[in-house]
Amino acid sequence: MYGLLWRLLPGPAWLRVMILLVLAVAVVLVCFEWVFPAIADYMPFNEQTVGEAR
Amino acid sequence: MSRARRTKAKPHIALRLTGVVGELMITLGILVGLFVTWQLWWTDVQAGRVQEQALEGLDWAEPAPTLVSVEDTPDEPPPAVVAPAPGETFASILVPRFGSDYEVTVAEGVGKKDVLDTGAIGHYPETAMPGALGNFSLAGHRTTYGKPLNQIADLQVGDPIVVRTQDTWYVYEVTESLIVMPSQIEVIAPVPGLEDGAALPELTERFITLTSCHPMFSARERYIVHGTLTSWMPVSQGTPSALAPAAEGGQ
Repeated sequence: MYGLLWRLLPGPAWLRVMILLVLAVAVVLVCFEWVFPAIADYMPFNEQTVGEAR
Repeated sequence: MSRARRTKAKPHIALRLTGVVGELMITLGILVGLFVTWQLWWTDVQAGRVQEQALEGLDWAEPAPTLVSVEDTPDEPPPAVVAPAPGETFASILVPRFGSDYEVTVAEGVGKKDVLDTGAIGHYPETAMPGALGNFSLAGHRTTYGKPLNQIADLQVGDPIVVRTQDTWYVYEVTESLIVMPSQIEVIAPVPGLEDGAALPELTERFITLTSCHPMFSARERYIVHGTLTSWMPVSQGTPSALAPAAEGGQ
């Protein structure tokens, strides 16, 4: 899987490493901004209130 | 080794599948680790920033540093607070037990996205307003999202909980801490403990109730702190003596 990604990337090794770094940062950003907040809604440990969830 | 020879010598399909599954599992592990990092650390960072802005945004007059003891506070009932719009920040809460510089904004509603996850403390709609007869009930995160009620279990009977609106101080005193099930909404009844559906007696007391999760990082139970109003005073008169350590620290 990652081997295929490595082979598909253009340029010398250092350039591929840079591209992968940028990709990794992008994935973390997307997760922190959108994916994780959406998942957190379904996590049971975030409830602070009594009664039904409002 | 030439490129041509490398592509020729392809491993068996089962071996390649195992490799892909392994990489997927490693990826999943990293993502779970990232989620934990986000939940335990980044939500605090974000909520901390929002909360800092919310406190600055209050733009309320600084109270005079003169300490006013309980005996010098007004005897008449406190002025009523107008019910705020959902999500509106209408008060702040100061708890000397949580630190002399502890101040967190109180906003209307206990929704997660609009209030609690911004690091603020939320006011249960339809419960009493600060100083009013009944039960001024609040909820806040104990872990993550700025964790405003992180130290709720440290509160002792007799500890002051001070609520400030733009013009008024309300000084409550802790009377009781308890652990209940999430379904026990009687803790935020106008008289704490009054069963849901029971006839409402004539209200004579002014309560405050804090609710947060218990145990930490779990939602199995709720940690509850009750208190009653002991005094109130206009902000223009000075600072309540209950906040004395804070006032000393500022000098």
